[in-house]
Amino acid sequence: MTVEVGTELPEQVFRVTRADLVRYAGASGDLNPIHWSDRTATSVGLPGVIAHGMLTMAVAGRAVTAWTGDPAALVEQHVRFGRPVVVPDDDQGAEITVRGKVGALLDDGRARVDLTVTSDGDKVLSLARAVVALA
Amino acid sequence: MALDQTLVGRSYPPSAVYEVGRAKIAEFATAVGAGDPVHRDVDAARAAGHPDVIAPPTFAIVVSLGAAMVVLEDPDVAIDYTRVVHGEQRFAHHRPIRAGDRLVATTTIDAARTVAGNDMLTARVDLATEDGEPVCSATSMLVARGGS
Repeated sequence: MTVEVGTELPEQVFRVTRADLVRYAGASGDLNPIHWSDRTATSVGLPGVIAHGMLTMAVAGRAVTAWTGDPAALVEQHVRFGRPVVVPDDDQGAEITVRGKVGALLDDGRARVDLTVTSDGDKVLSLARAVVALA
Repeated sequence: MALDQTLVGRSYPPSAVYEVGRAKIAEFATAVGAGDPVHRDVDAARAAGHPDVIAPPTFAIVVSLGAAMVVLEDPDVAIDYTRVVHGEQRFAHHRPIRAGDRLVATTTIDAARTVAGNDMLTARVDLATEDGEPVCSATSMLVARGGS
């Protein structure tokens, strides 16, 4: 794989449903009701149930590991949570789209990947970067 | 009330040991949709050069965010817990977390500032094995939105 500054990652589209949020809540231990109760979510001013920010971060990381082919190659990840991903109570859920390109080649055979993560056309992570060890 | 700047650099005693299990890794991998066999199949993990199945990269949060709560429980940290949201997250992995790891978390306050009434507190959680091998540094920026 030839990697240079500007190399683009294949765009990845992920779907997140309410069932996925419940599964993530259980696996992570983050039981905050804004991720499963519309009543709680709307009472704190959200449009409805939102995805865990850490689930969005995990999904963004998957786009990177799908590209490198090796989960262990993701050595650093940094995200800033911008807008919430609102997940409707239907079978389709929300769509999260991850695009990325190589922003810099670093020392020790590493590269910085700059990601753009959107849902429903809005950027949900205001900063999303990963550092990968290139094989 | 503005956050006390002298909090920066404060470190808390190491956590109890968190023992990483294969079933927990598999459960977490399923929850984030990570399908790679290195998360579930010991043989596949060994073929890839790991001693046991490895966790997906964000698994560190399962251990680190719980450890970081020690900061919010500190009586000197005047933050309203009910208004806290996760602002930013960073991981620096020294190596993947794997089944059998016995992890100890040490939490340090890296930054504390108050901007436009919002308290922003950055907690770094260093995960290491019981024997002291560094595994992951997880940094969480927590924001407590200023309210009435």
